[in-house]
Order: sequence, then C-alpha cells, then structure tokens
Amino acid sequence: MPEVVTTTPGLFPLPDWAKDELSELKGHQKADLISGDETGEIQEAYEHGRSEIIDRQREAGLDRIVEGQFRWDDMIAHPLAVHDNVDTRGIVRYYDNNNFYREPVVTGDLTADGDVAAELNAAGEQVDEGLQAVLPGPYSLADLATDEHYGDDGEFLDAVAEFLAGEIAEFPEVETLFLLEPSLVENAPGEGADERASEAIDAVASEADAEVVAHTYWGALDEKVYAHLMDADVDAIGFDFVADHEANLYNINEYGTKSDVALGLVDGQNTLVEDPETIAERIEWVADQTPSADFETVYATINTETFYLPYNKFEAKLEALAAVNKTEVEA
Amino acid sequence: MTREQFRPENHDNDNFLLTTVVGSYPKPKWLNRAQDLIEDDESSFDDDDLEEALDDAARLITDEHERTGMDVVVDGEMRRNEMVEYFAHLIEGYEFNGRVKVWGHNYFDKPSVVDEVEYDQEWLVDEFEFTDSASARPVKVPITGPYTLANWSFNEVYDDTEELAYDLADLVNEEIVRLVEAGAKYIQIDEPALATTPDDHAIVGECLDRIVDDIPEDVRVGLHVCYGDYSRIYPEMLDYPVDEFDLELCNGNYEQLDVFKETEFTADLALGVVDAHVAEVESVEQIKENIKKGFEIVPPEQLTVSPDCGLKLLPRDVAYGKMENMVKAAREVEEELDAGEIDVGRAAPADD
Repeated sequence: MPEVVTTTPGLFPLPDWAKDELSELKGHQKADLISGDETGEIQEAYEHGRSEIIDRQREAGLDRIVEGQFRWDDMIAHPLAVHDNVDTRGIVRYYDNNNFYREPVVTGDLTADGDVAAELNAAGEQVDEGLQAVLPGPYSLADLATDEHYGDDGEFLDAVAEFLAGEIAEFPEVETLFLLEPSLVENAPGEGADERASEAIDAVASEADAEVVAHTYWGALDEKVYAHLMDADVDAIGFDFVADHEANLYNINEYGTKSDVALGLVDGQNTLVEDPETIAERIEWVADQTPSADFETVYATINTETFYLPYNKFEAKLEALAAVNKTEVEA
Repeated sequence: MTREQFRPENHDNDNFLLTTVVGSYPKPKWLNRAQDLIEDDESSFDDDDLEEALDDAARLITDEHERTGMDVVVDGEMRRNEMVEYFAHLIEGYEFNGRVKVWGHNYFDKPSVVDEVEYDQEWLVDEFEFTDSASARPVKVPITGPYTLANWSFNEVYDDTEELAYDLADLVNEEIVRLVEAGAKYIQIDEPALATTPDDHAIVGECLDRIVDDIPEDVRVGLHVCYGDYSRIYPEMLDYPVDEFDLELCNGNYEQLDVFKETEFTADLALGVVDAHVAEVESVEQIKENIKKGFEIVPPEQLTVSPDCGLKLLPRDVAYGKMENMVKAAREVEEELDAGEIDVGRAAPADD
C-alpha cells in the first residue's frame, strides 16, 4: 500500500484582496509587471500573501506546502522574466490557454540570480516540515523563451538547466521539488531533442537534495519522449489523469515508471470541485489499472497550476485534496 | 444579397461600400464614474440614475457614429461590461465565483456553467429598440457567439465544450428571433475564441447552422473573427451560413491577404481598414490604400469597410478620428470607382 502524499504544482491564484491591492500598487500595463527588485508596499503585499497561503495550506492539511508563487506574473516563465540578462518583449499566449505572459528574450549569460531561492527561503522560515519547491523544468523554460545569445538549441537548453541548478543550490532544505514540464506534452521534442530534454532534467534533478518529481500535464507524453524521460534520475514522473488517462496508463504499463509517482487527479482548470472520495477512488483506479507497478509513494496532486481558478474554488480544491488522507485509500 | 437595404437614400455615389463599426466603443468617462457610484453605499445614486446614464451614453455614442457619416451604427455596447460576462448574467445555468487572471493584474470574471443553460430574460432587444429609436440609420446588433461563450466559461456540466456550445447556439437563435421580431436586420456573431482554437471550425459551423435556423433571408448575418491565423479556417469557413465575414487584417499589415486569394471569396468581406490597437488616427489616404486591398479579394459590391475590431480600448477622440477618416476614405474610394479610376478585378488565381 503506497503512502499518499497530497500536494500541488504551485502557481496559486492571488486572493481577491491581493488582486486589488497589487493591481493598485503595480498597475495594469506590461511595464508594471514584476522585475524582481520590488520594495516597500509591493514587497509587503507579497509577504503578507505568502504567509496567508502557507497558513491556508497548513490548515487544509496538505502534506506538502509550497510558496504559492504569487510574484510569478509570467507563470512558469518567471525565473527568466526577472533575470538581468533577459529582455521581456511582447505579450504572448501561454500554451493553449487564454492567458498571456511576457516573452523572455535571453540576451546574455544565464547566471544564477537567486530570485526563486529567496522566496523559498522566506517560505522556509514559516514551514518546519514538508516544504516543496516548484520550478519550471529546463525543457519548458527554454521552450517559453527566445534565445538571442547562445545561438544553438542544445547549448541554450544546457544553459537553462545550469541556471536552474544554480537556483537550486541556494534553496533551503526542501522535502520535494516539482519540475513543471508541460512543454514536453504541448511542444514535444523530436528526435535527439527528446534525449537532450531528459539529460537536462537529469542535470537539474541531480542538484537537488530532495525527492524530485518531473511533472507533465495537458495530456500524455509521446512514447519516445516518455521512454527518454525514464532515463532521467528523478524520483517520480507526474501524469495528468484529468486530461488523458488512457495514454498515461499506456505509458506506465508499457514502459514502467519510477517507484514513486505523481498523479494529477484534481482539475486545476475547472471550478467543479472534486470530493475527497472521488479523488481517493481515482488513486485506487490508477493502482488497479497498473498491475505491474508497485508504488511506494503516490503524490496526489492538482494536475496543472491553479491560477486559472477563482480563489474560492481554489480553496475548496485544496480542502478536498488534503482530505484524501483522511478517507480510506485502498490501493 | 442583403446589403442594398443599408444603402442610404441620399447616397451620392453609384458604388456603395457599406461602412460600420465592429461594435464596442470607448465609454464616456462619466459613465465609468456613474458605474463606480452605484457600487458606493454612501452615494444616493441609484439604479434609475444608472439606467438614465446608460441611456444617455447609448444615445451619445450612436449619435457620434452617425456624425461620422457611418451607414450602419451601433450604440458602442455601452450597456455591456464585457463580452462574455454580460450574456452569462442573463442566461440561466451560469454562476460567477470571482475573477481569474488573464495576464499580469488584468482579470476576467470567468463564469461557470453549473446547470443546463436555458433562456431566461431577453438579452438585447431593449438595447436594439433604444438604439433604433435614437438613430435614423440602420442598427447592427453584435452578439457574442456560442462557441466563445462556451470556450471562455468553466464547464461543470456538459461532457465537452461542443455540447455546451450547441445548447448556447439554440439560445442565441432564440434571441435573434426576438431581435428580428423587433425589427433588427443586421446581426453580427462575434467569435474571437475561434482565432485561438481554429481546429474547432466545424463546431462553429454547426453552431451557426443552429443560429440562423428560421431567420428570414433578408436579415444580414455577419461573423466577426479577430486576430488569428486565418489559413487554418479558410476556405472551410465559406461553408458557414453567413452573409459576411468581418476580419482583422490591418493590424497584421495585410500579410494574410493572400490566404483569401487561392479560393474565391464567395461571401461579403468586412475588411478591417483601421487598427484597433494603435492609438494613432490613420490618414484618409492611408485608409483608402487599405480599402483598395479589399478589391484584391472581392469586388466593391461585396466589400464592407470597418475597423479591425472593437474600438473600446482606444481614447475616445482617437476612435472618433479613425471612424471619421474611415467613412471619408470609403466615400472617396466610391467616387474613384464611379469614375473608373480603380482597377477592381479580383486578382486572377496564379497559373501554377
């Protein structure tokens, strides 16, 4: 019987007070978005928000607590968007969603800058156990950015991986690290690039002194991409069972998976709130359908980032997910 | 064809390029202030006052459109807050849970469908009747299309977006029947979501079949699809049961014009000739050049002249300047057409 660990992939929606306060303080235009050197009232609003959301997760009873990433105006492109050697240009569409982010254009060396580490360190001061870090995976981060400096796809990917590894080196002690890799599904790497993507993930994961989950969503990986990802030394791969359960089952049953697994079972893009029993049933269902797998740990998670949701439904989903461990899971 | 009915009686030229707006227009600042006051508990400003302010604004903008000389006017959508929210508030089955992020600190009160959608109260008949009475010109009624209403909502009930869109299409049809009964002759379905999910063009087609069901043939139905990759939906969209396609091409500097040349454009084309995202008024000369680009696709009798998209994000004086120059440019092009000074042959397909 696996241990069920309830968690999320972060990138939470701002509470309504923070939406109002920060839009008032920062403004609505492109030039008003976060640059990484905010101070004063803006910084205080983010600190207040961080404390609140850490408390909220703890009250709900989630097993892993994330920082919430309220500062990430550009969603998973954030770590580059605030970097000194990166220009932010036009507003471009975020995957297949009606959301937009600033296109980060890399114009110089991607030296480690500690932006993510700083917020995680601040979170760490309030979380005694179960702190989880969330970063974009190197393939997705490179995919969302434009390179005008390295000049070669492989070299750029390596530089992004090295940048993320540098960020991790400054992390406080964390239990788990989620690497978000939606681009592996949405813009799948082709021949050769698939292997490089896996190596880049491996390079980032090896820097982390934590359980590392390479989390994919918005569908299932192409077989070959999955087979290569299995070569990366991560502790678990994350599957989006909301978007596509059949193809994900196929990958697990055909190619096996790691001894731990992350299951995206709660829909981060729909307001319909799953009840804890439904989530528990979904965990059991996956276990039933993967007879050859014997999971040690199941990370039960929301499938995607959650900034898509209105705050009240987001909170309801956290509650439901956290309550899973209070219901009987027989897997 | 449905367009001749919109030719003004006193039209000076033999050629007629129908001029109109897409729909939305900048709100007068005092209307925004009035909407703030109604939220303010300490103010004595009440619902009747707001209604009066909305009437005034609708009258003002309709009149502003008329003053530009535009052939078909709209009230600038003064009564609508947002293109999905407005309708979702009127349709049974929707609920609102709060704002969600679009980008940065820009939010949208994205509604959830929590029950089967049903027609409850009228959406636009009052708006149409008011505008119609406020203007001697014909009035166009823009309606957010069912595919966009479905795609930009959370769907808690239906198996998929397609099923929801079809149910919503039936409601749009019901509203159009009422609008036609009230005298509306020109309906425009707005489907911006199609631009981002072009693979769903068949769903939009099925929606339109439902929308035009039992609508008399002399009612002009247009479809507005803003910025996107039109090659993904053309020429398939020509099968849609609409009279006119309203497209955003100016913003992309007409780079997509060639998309429409391979296959004959069999419907009317409402060509965007001024940019809705640039706060600078194009000159009459520039707009005339843009209008003439339309003749590479359709002859003058199939060309409608309009802005790229709704103008609501522009400063009001800029929006007015653009419309004034647009109408002027259209009239001058008509004169040149009458004088035989413009070659209007749709470019023949290349031999290869």
